[in-house]
Amino acid sequence: MTEAEAVGAILWLSLTAYAVLAGADFGGGVWDVFATGPRQAAQRQAIAEAMGPVWEANHVWLIFMIVGLFTCFPAAFAALALSLFAPFTIALIGIVLRGAAFAFRAHAREAIGPIEPWGAVFGAASIISPLFLGTAAGAVAAGSVRESAGAAALVFDSPWTVAFIADVGLFAVALCAYLAATYLIVETEDDKDLQADFRQRALAAGIASGGLGLAGLILAYVGARPAFDSLTGRGLPLLALALVNGPLALLAVWRSAPGLARLAVVAQVTFVLWALAVGQWPYLVRPSYTIDSAAAPASTLTGFLIVSGIGMLLLLPSLYLLFRVFKGRNPVSAEADQLKPP
Amino acid sequence: MDNVTLARVTMGTSLAFHIVFAVLGVGLPVLMSVAEGLGLRRKDAVWMDLARRWSKAFGVLFAVGAVSGTVLSFELGLLWPRFMALSGSMIGLPFSAEGFAFFLEAIFLGLYLYGWNRLSPTAHWLMSIPIAISGAASALFVVMTNAWMNHPTGFELVNGQVTQVDPLAAALNAATPTEDTHMLVSAYVCTGFLVASVYAAGMLRGRVDAAHRRGLAAGMTMGLVAIALAGITGDSSARFVYTDQPAKFASMEGLYRTARGVPIHIGGIPIDSEQRVVFGLEIPKGLSLLAAFDPNAEVKGLNEFPPADRPNPVLVHLSFDTMVGLGTLLGLLALAFWGLAWRRHAIPSLKPLLVAVTIAGPAAVIAMEAGWFVTEFGRQPWVVYGILRTAQAATPVPGLFISLVAFVLIYVALAVTTARLLLLLAERRRQAE
Repeated sequence: MTEAEAVGAILWLSLTAYAVLAGADFGGGVWDVFATGPRQAAQRQAIAEAMGPVWEANHVWLIFMIVGLFTCFPAAFAALALSLFAPFTIALIGIVLRGAAFAFRAHAREAIGPIEPWGAVFGAASIISPLFLGTAAGAVAAGSVRESAGAAALVFDSPWTVAFIADVGLFAVALCAYLAATYLIVETEDDKDLQADFRQRALAAGIASGGLGLAGLILAYVGARPAFDSLTGRGLPLLALALVNGPLALLAVWRSAPGLARLAVVAQVTFVLWALAVGQWPYLVRPSYTIDSAAAPASTLTGFLIVSGIGMLLLLPSLYLLFRVFKGRNPVSAEADQLKPP
Repeated sequence: MDNVTLARVTMGTSLAFHIVFAVLGVGLPVLMSVAEGLGLRRKDAVWMDLARRWSKAFGVLFAVGAVSGTVLSFELGLLWPRFMALSGSMIGLPFSAEGFAFFLEAIFLGLYLYGWNRLSPTAHWLMSIPIAISGAASALFVVMTNAWMNHPTGFELVNGQVTQVDPLAAALNAATPTEDTHMLVSAYVCTGFLVASVYAAGMLRGRVDAAHRRGLAAGMTMGLVAIALAGITGDSSARFVYTDQPAKFASMEGLYRTARGVPIHIGGIPIDSEQRVVFGLEIPKGLSLLAAFDPNAEVKGLNEFPPADRPNPVLVHLSFDTMVGLGTLLGLLALAFWGLAWRRHAIPSLKPLLVAVTIAGPAAVIAMEAGWFVTEFGRQPWVVYGILRTAQAATPVPGLFISLVAFVLIYVALAVTTARLLLLLAERRRQAE
């Protein structure tokens, strides 16, 4: 493995972490919008409590990935920034509004009650961000980021390409909702009614994401051949795993096996992401940049690997502590029931 | 407006907004940690309560800082793709290190904010220490990248291609020591005076209790120590600029012609057509003395540089004088405050003094922003000094105006809501008491 490939793998792992952790936080926002029925307030409360301590840390995976990308693959980063200006800017606006709205709401709730319109902003922004990050990923997978006249721009070969990209955006939203609902099944084990609400939502999101995923495969065949070739070429084993695991994950959700379901849904998202990444290897941004052609000088790659190594030594134990305290089985649950923003 | 102007206004607005939250992210954890530490050690409910209040405010401030910082990490590429294509491999390492520091700050803040009931008191207090350390480390790492833009080293440029990259040398460039230290202490200056300002305002409204006196004292202690250090580090920064970026230095003083024994102007407006500063208070030989400890030292004027390579002396000079002027007043205020406290053996509650401290918080922020104006406007027309012009670095994509309007509206909404929420939280707490 070359240094550039090692860095590429680290960044793709970061993206995976961002997808399965922060993706669920976006999904929480989706379910905040669709909170309905007699337990509407309880659903929103459960979502806020699950996100509160961890969403900021989860969000940092995105920053780490962006920074790693511009450090180690500056040419590819510049091409993405030029061609995907619009979707990135919209996603960014969504990220800002989502984070701020969550913090405003969480800290206001206890003291002064809901502060409008931030509740609605939180939900809407939680849908917009993954939607447009997803379309950005779809455009890269479809090979739509092209160099023309010295600057990168988006080029669509047919309307089906656009349909594929839009489908990937919706697929991303559905996966976020799926992740969130599945995690919430685990987190609401003390309240069976609430748990049933989230189980129902997980099933709906699972079916929706399955449908959008399969539609994406067909649309890739029709309008985004590079993506189809990636998935059915080098990415085929991972795609096959996703296709087999998908129904199993759904079965686990349906049969009320919360822990197993969570694992299976995380695996599902991971398989999809890695099928795309492995499929388009050695391209970083197809068709102009390979991992090697876009790589920064070796000294920078070495430096990044060293910084990442030291950083991970500090980061991983800290993350373990965070999730141990807030997501593990906690003996101090009597006090934990009062778990609220201070 | 053309794309270069739009990109500059967008980036400048984002930075000016983010940095207010960023400096509090550096300074507040120190105050929180000290307050909780004192509360635990002395079993003192007042200090404990202050730590809780600050952590509550910090929860909101940190979130807004985190998301506005994300905007910046994207905007580097979205607005300046050519700058990032050139510099990414050189400034990326401090940015990556900053990423980890920010990660740790977010993790331990999560533990701190939500862990009051889940951790033992000592364990909870311990969580505040990594927050304070990683907050400071974030600032140091990020400013290294700005220092590199002022003093680009650690590479060779052959036919427009970057070679021989040494990212460690780039990060530890000659401008890093002065810029890093000055920014770090400025963060404590802003936090100290902002916190003091909140409690001084409360005391002016008649809330003279132990919590307010201690909040005021904590802020003014941090303010006094930090403003003294800001004076020292600012002085070395200015002298570094004198040798390293003479065009910026000439603009800071509105010096048009190279000369020996140059006076310093306090205030005044540089007039291009007359090639001099009008209305300023002139101190003979002052600039030469300050820059080189020699009353007859030569100082380069703007005439040494082609017109296309000159910063705007009006902006840079006025920003510089705003920073130095406000900084000096803050220093005098802190001395007066503690002088009075020492003589009376009590935290002063003299009305004019409290009014001055109330104004000091916003003034410290203005001084810090003005300092960044000096650095940034003074580096123009370059984005990477002597290597890449700002005009060549901006993105050519259409739609920048729309994104600028969107971000300005968002920042206004965030600023208004943050202020409203913090006031409401304080109000609610008083009603509860």
